[in-house]
Amino acid sequence: MASLLCCGPKLAACGIVLSAWGVIMLILLGIFFNVHSAVLIEDVPYTEEDFKDGPDRIYRLYEQVSYNCFIAAGLYVLLGAFAFCQVRLNKRKEYMVH
Amino acid sequence: MASMFRSEEMCLAQLFLQVEAAYCCVAELGELGLVQFRDLNVNVNSFQRKFVNEVRRCESLERILRFLENEMGSDIVIFKPEKYPESPLPREMIDLETVLEKLEDELREANQNQQTLKQNFLELTELKHLLKKTQDFFETETNLSDDFFSEDTSGLLELRSTSAGAAAKLGFIAGVIKRERMVTFDRLLWRACRGNIYLRYTEMDASLEDPITKEQMKKNVFIIFYQGEQLKQKIKKICDGFRATVYTCPESAAERREMAEGVNARIEDLNMVITQTESHRQRLLRKAAANLWTWGIKVKKIKAIYHILNCCNIDVTQQCIIAEIWFPVADTNRINRALHQGMERSGSAISPILTVIQSKMAPPTFNRTNKFTAGFQNIVDAYGVGSYREMNPAPYTIITFPFLFAVMFGDCGHGAVMLAFALWMVTNEKTLLAQKSTNEIWNTFFGGRYLILLMGIFSIYTGFIYNDCFSKSFNIFGSSWHTRPMFRNGTWNLHVLEENNVLQLDPAVPGVYSGNPYPFGIDPIWNIAANKLTFLNSYKMKMSVILGITQMVFGVILSLFNHIYFKKTINIILQFIPEMIFILCLFGYLVVMIIFKWCQYDVQRSQQAPSILIHFISMFLFSYNDPTNRPLYAHQEEIQSFLVIFALIAVPWMLLFKPFILRANHQKAQRMLQSLAISEDPAGDTEVGIIESNHTKKAGQEDHSGSHGGHDDHDEESSGETKKNGGLRK
Repeated sequence: MASLLCCGPKLAACGIVLSAWGVIMLILLGIFFNVHSAVLIEDVPYTEEDFKDGPDRIYRLYEQVSYNCFIAAGLYVLLGAFAFCQVRLNKRKEYMVH
Repeated sequence: MASMFRSEEMCLAQLFLQVEAAYCCVAELGELGLVQFRDLNVNVNSFQRKFVNEVRRCESLERILRFLENEMGSDIVIFKPEKYPESPLPREMIDLETVLEKLEDELREANQNQQTLKQNFLELTELKHLLKKTQDFFETETNLSDDFFSEDTSGLLELRSTSAGAAAKLGFIAGVIKRERMVTFDRLLWRACRGNIYLRYTEMDASLEDPITKEQMKKNVFIIFYQGEQLKQKIKKICDGFRATVYTCPESAAERREMAEGVNARIEDLNMVITQTESHRQRLLRKAAANLWTWGIKVKKIKAIYHILNCCNIDVTQQCIIAEIWFPVADTNRINRALHQGMERSGSAISPILTVIQSKMAPPTFNRTNKFTAGFQNIVDAYGVGSYREMNPAPYTIITFPFLFAVMFGDCGHGAVMLAFALWMVTNEKTLLAQKSTNEIWNTFFGGRYLILLMGIFSIYTGFIYNDCFSKSFNIFGSSWHTRPMFRNGTWNLHVLEENNVLQLDPAVPGVYSGNPYPFGIDPIWNIAANKLTFLNSYKMKMSVILGITQMVFGVILSLFNHIYFKKTINIILQFIPEMIFILCLFGYLVVMIIFKWCQYDVQRSQQAPSILIHFISMFLFSYNDPTNRPLYAHQEEIQSFLVIFALIAVPWMLLFKPFILRANHQKAQRMLQSLAISEDPAGDTEVGIIESNHTKKAGQEDHSGSHGGHDDHDEESSGETKKNGGLRK
């Protein structure tokens, strides 16, 4: 089986930091979109007609964006797991060479 | 008493050390790191000092260490242990010298051997290729002799046939030359031998490594056929000139084959020997790498100790070394203990003598710091190191510097990221310190980890005040602004909504603004307002002005403490008071105006609120006739005029009087000195006269009144410098 180690130690550490920030921030953003926070209105993809007949259509759009955020958070979890594995493999390789 | 608010009290002492104990005592003082040695031999050339030979020896050791490090290159990792080694005794230097010189000799020998072996290898490889190629040459040569003598040349056959016999007497020279020289070689041979030689060449496929420069070379194999002894000499000279290596090549094919086999066998043997030499050399280097760093530190310490010993004097009896040191008074016990330890370590019986001497020299400024305060002290020292026993601004900087950063940064989300980074650095301090990284950018960040920690904490606080987290606001308490009253009590309706893109909430309409401001921080509604920046800019600028002026006034008050401590009432009257008047009358008044306007005007009168900036500018121009800018309060004109004039009076008060008073004091002191000298000894008159004329020529003023000798030049300030300092303080 080909070696699973494809990232060096620094790239793996970078990946872990990015994934940690991504997971935390995207989950929080997802929650805030789910709660229909007004401050995030500029990031909801609305059109003119969504403003008619009450806020329900805007609310559905908000929830869509929040699901997108959660999916992105899940992708970052996968990336974080991959980076974590690379870190462990790098540590093991360091011990063997010495 | 040691305190952080002032630099520490220092004292100058003379240290009498026995010659045998001197080295160890200096080593112990060096490990302690609390002492500054004065250089007593300033006028002596470095090559004439006492311990110059030892320093030379240390430098040659450093040369060997550098050579070893170079040879190791990047392949071998140099082992760096956690702790620094102790300062070595003088006899250890001899051990180090023997070890390092032996290592250097072995390594040079190994390098030399390797070079010779590689040279041999190169020659053998060239010979191998040569033999292969000449095989081809000779084969085509024998083929050539058949069709060479056909058709066009048949007319000359009679002559040719005889020379065909002579053709057997053709000699040849085979060799190898660098590819880039081939063409010129060919041309020169043609010209020099007048076309009487036959040159054939092909390229060698493999590129060879030059043993000296270690780069790849491309070579060509050539063979030259000639007839006659003279041509042979000519060709040999030309080959030498072009540095082509000539190899003796046997004529018959069988001999050539035998030679090729012999060469191949020798190449294999040589390869084996080369790999063995290389591994021997690597073994040597690896063994050295284990200790290289420790040796380096030891040599540095020995060199430093001898540098310090070079700064000391030796007394007449040659038994005793005299040193002058500055050290903090609070550490006298630790220094005595270190000296005692040094004495014991060297095995001498006589204890070192430390006597305090009085001096008028300015002592060095020493601020004791720990790992937390060191970063801030560094920043303060970068602006300028304070004078002896001056107030140390560093303790206040610990808070003000990160806080002003946070006022500018003001984002609790990014502040949290900064805090996380700083916390990681601080909790992993020990492991990160042990890595001894040489990366400058990383060292800058790591050295300022406590600064970044405080900046992060304060940024989170100001982020909450500005209600800003990754540029979005939190709505924790509910906004105090409501839009429904604009429909109920105001002018809005659906038609207005459809007509306009942007609408403005009017706080004059009852109910729009609840009257209770958002409890903590800026109201979150501002985040989605289009005119957010208009409001925030004005607010942040006024707040920064208030904070900045407060800090400046605080700085001026700190200088008052300095004046009281140094007992210079002249500075209080002539410097502190006019400075306070100037800053309070102008900028203090500006702060008062800002706060007054905030309190005085509400939404009903906001249309008529005057512009503070325009008021401030016209205050200096004394122009009060602008109808568009109403006065802030009654009698504003009189009060402002008074303040401006008072501040203007403070300027010459601050700048002009002090130089004259200092000069008067100085001249009084000179006259006193003169009268004292005259009453004592008439012979000293001329000397005093010279000193006086020197001083009056400079028109210099000194900072302290009272008499000084000749050795106080650093304390003298010219009048220009006093004025410059006064202007800067403004």
